Amino acid sequence: MKVIVPVKRVPDTAGDKPIDPNDRTVDRDSVESVLCPVNEFSIEEGVRLKEKHGAEVTVLLVGPDSAQPIVRKALSYGLDAAVQVSDEGIAGSDALGTARVIAKALESMEWDLVVFGNQSADARTCLVPAAVAELLGVPSLTFARYLEVDGDKAIAHREHEEGWDVVEAPLPAVVSVVEAINDPRYPSFKGIMAAKSKPLTVKSLADIGVDPASVGAGGAAATMYAFEPRPPKAAGTVVEDDGSGAAAEQLADWMTEKKFV
Amino acid sequence: MPSSPYGLSPEQEEFRKVVAAFADEVVAPAADEFNAEGRFPLEIVQQMGEIGLFGIPFEERHGGMGGDYLTLCLAIEELGRVDQSVGITLEAGVGLGAAPIAEFGTEEQKERWLPELASGQKLGGFGLTEPGGGTDVFGATRTRAVLDGDEWVIDGGKQFITNAGTEITSLVTVTAMTGPAEMTAIIVPTDTPGFSVAPPYRKVGWHASDTRELSFEGVRVPVSNTLGERGAGFRQFLKTLDDGRIAISALAVGLIQGCIDECVRYAGEREAFGRPIGANQAVAFKIADLEVAAQTARQMTYYACWRKQQGLPYKREASIAKLYSSEQAVTAARQATQIFGGMGFTTETRVGRFYQDCKILEIGEGTSEVQRLLIARELGV
Repeated sequence: MKVIVPVKRVPDTAGDKPIDPNDRTVDRDSVESVLCPVNEFSIEEGVRLKEKHGAEVTVLLVGPDSAQPIVRKALSYGLDAAVQVSDEGIAGSDALGTARVIAKALESMEWDLVVFGNQSADARTCLVPAAVAELLGVPSLTFARYLEVDGDKAIAHREHEEGWDVVEAPLPAVVSVVEAINDPRYPSFKGIMAAKSKPLTVKSLADIGVDPASVGAGGAAATMYAFEPRPPKAAGTVVEDDGSGAAAEQLADWMTEKKFV
Repeated sequence: MPSSPYGLSPEQEEFRKVVAAFADEVVAPAADEFNAEGRFPLEIVQQMGEIGLFGIPFEERHGGMGGDYLTLCLAIEELGRVDQSVGITLEAGVGLGAAPIAEFGTEEQKERWLPELASGQKLGGFGLTEPGGGTDVFGATRTRAVLDGDEWVIDGGKQFITNAGTEITSLVTVTAMTGPAEMTAIIVPTDTPGFSVAPPYRKVGWHASDTRELSFEGVRVPVSNTLGERGAGFRQFLKTLDDGRIAISALAVGLIQGCIDECVRYAGEREAFGRPIGANQAVAFKIADLEVAAQTARQMTYYACWRKQQGLPYKREASIAKLYSSEQAVTAARQATQIFGGMGFTTETRVGRFYQDCKILEIGEGTSEVQRLLIARELGV
């Protein structure tokens, strides 16, 4: 079985994400980049498929040459090889453009299953996995909190607000996973050292047959007109416990009002 | 190649981040509990094994990670930043349990013992110190081993032996007198009849580290368990302790850094007289001093590692690093506790635990007095 785990480079999730006013994208040079945290979970699924089914797992990253440490980081968890699509024409792509690049890259590779994270920590659109499946004409099982491969089909538990549905699809298929799916391991020192010498193939848009007009800022279907920093967090409500039980009642009312219960 | 003699490679930087994340996410949240219970945190030690921490400096063919000593020190430092017991468990597991076998053992001994130690599935101890004395090793060693056919028969006892009584301890390397002024190190599996382990000590700090008194009554092991050559015990442990000093220095650096992290946070959060206490120079200057100590101690530690890895003499530098870092760690714990005030005198806080843990750093792996003596002798005094 061949599995592809697409991963993304995102600005450090702990820090601010400054927007470059000129092209209205995140100014990546001013912040530290990290492997998208949700990819720790999709990579872990890849590693488990490797352990359980002997799957050959390849990392796929769309991003400039400077994102290579993120590819190596992904490999350090024990995956086999990596493909990076790096092309200046990709800059400024929206979710659809990104999906087009990934879909074309996948068409140039052999695989049975693609395991995405459900959303990136920076854009948070949740669109790319389903868009890729649509472009490729294969089934998609998104928001998986459980994944199993049984013969030539994938079975997933698809998470939603009221619980989860058990869904399945024949391979080849695209899956996106949520963080509840597993407890990711830490890479070992050996994994980090081995990642240095794992095969990495860098491809351009031309290599994978992407029409440059369909991607990048020019090919974007979405346009950003304005942006503003996130408003500062509003002060919370403090419930004082005076021992009378009134506090518990207040809390319960608040939770009911917010529909938490 | 790194641009400075002891700069970190990108892989070492990456590895440091991984261990730091493990320390913050797995060790730190549990540290209060397992220290309060005085419990050896087996589940955490096993996870450390899975990341490969116990195999860092050993060859891959023996189950190691093929890393260097500096990489080991980075891991000890990052663990020590959040919990000293876990830090010393790694330091002793690698430096005292496995390293003597990797360094002095025969190929057969390495093949037999190293893989399980390097994977963290088992732990080894190093039985050197005896009730009669720690610093005066040669004069104090009463444990004797006598050859009977092709077996050593060992009688005696050891004290303060780290990792010697955990449920995954598989062996202790024991130094014993095997003749007049002849010391030999012998590998003793813990399931050998006659080998017994006393209950854990009630220590001032390092509450979650396993420290035991051992006794040997007619313990019989094959002569093939002799570590390296007969009579090489004294030379072997001197070398082991030189390396251990650098690792203890790394543990002390971690303690100082942990004090800084905690104090910077607390100085910003805690308010007195209408402003954060960090706005007071009396607090800010203390923290600045901690930073000076951390950076200086870290440089000395990495420098000693670098000399060792370059094949340069490093005895003096190991002693300097250990002496300086441990004394600064004691000062750091005292000052950090002072900044935390009453909260610092509870073991619920990291700095309070560090106040308990710091003192042993000036004692173990050679006391501060021994380090000064070694440095003076290196200078020809």
